[in-house]
Amino acid sequence: MAEREKILELKNVVYSFHTYGGIVKAVRDVSFDLYQGEILGIVGESGCGKSVTAQCIMRLNPEPPGFFSSGEIFFKGQDICKMTHEQLMQIRGTEIGFIFQDPMTSLNPTMRVGDQIEEVFIHDKSMTKAMKKERALDIMAKVGISDAEKRYHQYPHELSGGMKQRVMIAMALVSKPSMIICDEPTTSLDVTIEAQILELLLQLRKEMGTSIIMITHDLGVIAKLCDRVLVMYGGKIVERGMAEEVFYETAHPYTQGLMNSIAGLETEKDEVLTPIEGTPPDLFSPPVGCPFAARCEYAMEVCHKYPPQETDLSEQHMTFCWLQHENAPKVDLTKKKTKKKGEQA
Amino acid sequence: MSKYIVKRVIAAVLTLLVLITVVFFLVRLMPGEPFTSEKLNPIVKENMIKYYGFDKPLIVQYFQYLGNLLKGNMGYSMKYTNKTVNYIIGSTFPYSADLGLRALAIALVFGLLLGVVAALNRGTRLDVFCVILAIIGTSIPDFIMGAVLQYVFGLKLKVLPVAKWAGFKYTILPSCALAFYTMASVSRTMRASMLEVVQQDYIKTARAKGLSNFRITWKHQIRNAIMPVITIMGPTVAAVLTGTFVIEAMYAIPGMGKYYVDSTNDNDYSMILGMTVFYGAFLIFCNLVVDILYGVVDPRVRIGK
Repeated sequence: MAEREKILELKNVVYSFHTYGGIVKAVRDVSFDLYQGEILGIVGESGCGKSVTAQCIMRLNPEPPGFFSSGEIFFKGQDICKMTHEQLMQIRGTEIGFIFQDPMTSLNPTMRVGDQIEEVFIHDKSMTKAMKKERALDIMAKVGISDAEKRYHQYPHELSGGMKQRVMIAMALVSKPSMIICDEPTTSLDVTIEAQILELLLQLRKEMGTSIIMITHDLGVIAKLCDRVLVMYGGKIVERGMAEEVFYETAHPYTQGLMNSIAGLETEKDEVLTPIEGTPPDLFSPPVGCPFAARCEYAMEVCHKYPPQETDLSEQHMTFCWLQHENAPKVDLTKKKTKKKGEQA
Repeated sequence: MSKYIVKRVIAAVLTLLVLITVVFFLVRLMPGEPFTSEKLNPIVKENMIKYYGFDKPLIVQYFQYLGNLLKGNMGYSMKYTNKTVNYIIGSTFPYSADLGLRALAIALVFGLLLGVVAALNRGTRLDVFCVILAIIGTSIPDFIMGAVLQYVFGLKLKVLPVAKWAGFKYTILPSCALAFYTMASVSRTMRASMLEVVQQDYIKTARAKGLSNFRITWKHQIRNAIMPVITIMGPTVAAVLTGTFVIEAMYAIPGMGKYYVDSTNDNDYSMILGMTVFYGAFLIFCNLVVDILYGVVDPRVRIGK
């Protein structure tokens, strides 16, 4: 992994919002990196800071009220946190593409699809209208939009949901960016379309060498797509590692909780899924210790009082959990808990 | 598209028919009659009643009126007995429309501008200023606005004529007085709509594409935000162009406005009907234009070809 080029690096990023209730730290001390051609998954439940983290990278959060409290984001050696609006405009769309969650509302209803894709080249004065159109038609065909010439002249409402998401992907890829960020790109699509879109992303990575950050709350998507995984909770990273490590050598109770709460093909008919009890922490006054302590069944006294330290388990695999401490009781987090209907916990 | 317009025109004709019928019988229910002057010679009066056909049964008169209307003839006024209703509308509407168009242009240009500027500078002093202007505009009635303008610019500063309609200088004050209310409502609507559109996901998409703020506002925000303004423009255009009683009276403009009020006071049956038909037809036409404009601005409501 080390020999490949590192294109993005987040160092201790803390991102906050001014609100009427005070300052909310939505992203708390997040660090990770992304290599050329890699697919990194960020997983976590709603409100854990995944989207804010992703939008930080392109400074898409409205500023104000959002602001960087501390940290650095290096993209190809430049610190994004310190960029001016003009510098950001050059990176957005051209260097980093962004695919949003809801294709139904993410396209401008009053503009033709082709024009919306071409708009990415607006600052490139060297390209003629015909060149832009060629690039647009080319990428549309590549992302699987049939009859691209006809679609080019259509409006978003004339396309199906899956088609619209393909348009969004075409828009993110048309300038051949070195990296794209997908913020739950398949959440609002049905499963057959979801499979097609994921397949498409894998294929594009292979052909164009694009790095992808995949934000999702669906572990199935992670399993299918990602090389590495980042598990976020309460604005913090709780576990990070290669996908297999996180799935088979789970080292954080929250990750285990996520896995227990989804149904797999081997799930028996009368089996009851185990949800994670409780609700995510209030980020207005985040807990002093581990953010997950209040919902963690293994929580010890120390978990509530002191934030856990980073424990490296392998070259890529690390976790923030007191259970990894040498004095902690040994718990096997890799075992899937199963429970039959009617049984008491 | 043409099929749609034909459908709408048929609906418009039916609407007008209902309007005419209701108004025709309603005015006859009003107390009094057109010829009430005491100086009127009884023989003359009888002749006039015969001349206007009031001696025939009401239902016959009704169909007679409809028949004449089909030929474009709205009959003679019962007050200005030597003038036809067609002539009165034809000679006064141009003034009202002239004034109305000027007012409308002012209202749209400044209303949209204020709305957009306020929304883009939300929460700043500029925004507060625009909002206050809009509140003043919607809450001050036009006769006060008209009088204040006359007093300040006509009497005190003596830069513009107080009244009459005789050249560009004369049009400024009444146009502004008439425009103020519309401008205020346009700016309020536009501001609210702009603020709603800026929350939309496609604005974020536009930002993620690296577009400049100017282009985002111009290409993505304004076009989507203008729909509600178009909606309110239909009835507004009809109302503003067909004259306003108060402003025209204050500035001595020979427009249609006074005939609305006078015809009712005088029981001038043919005039009341003529004004109603004209205004109704114009309003229906404006709303049709608005519906077609929707499709021009927003492809989602475009009618199948």
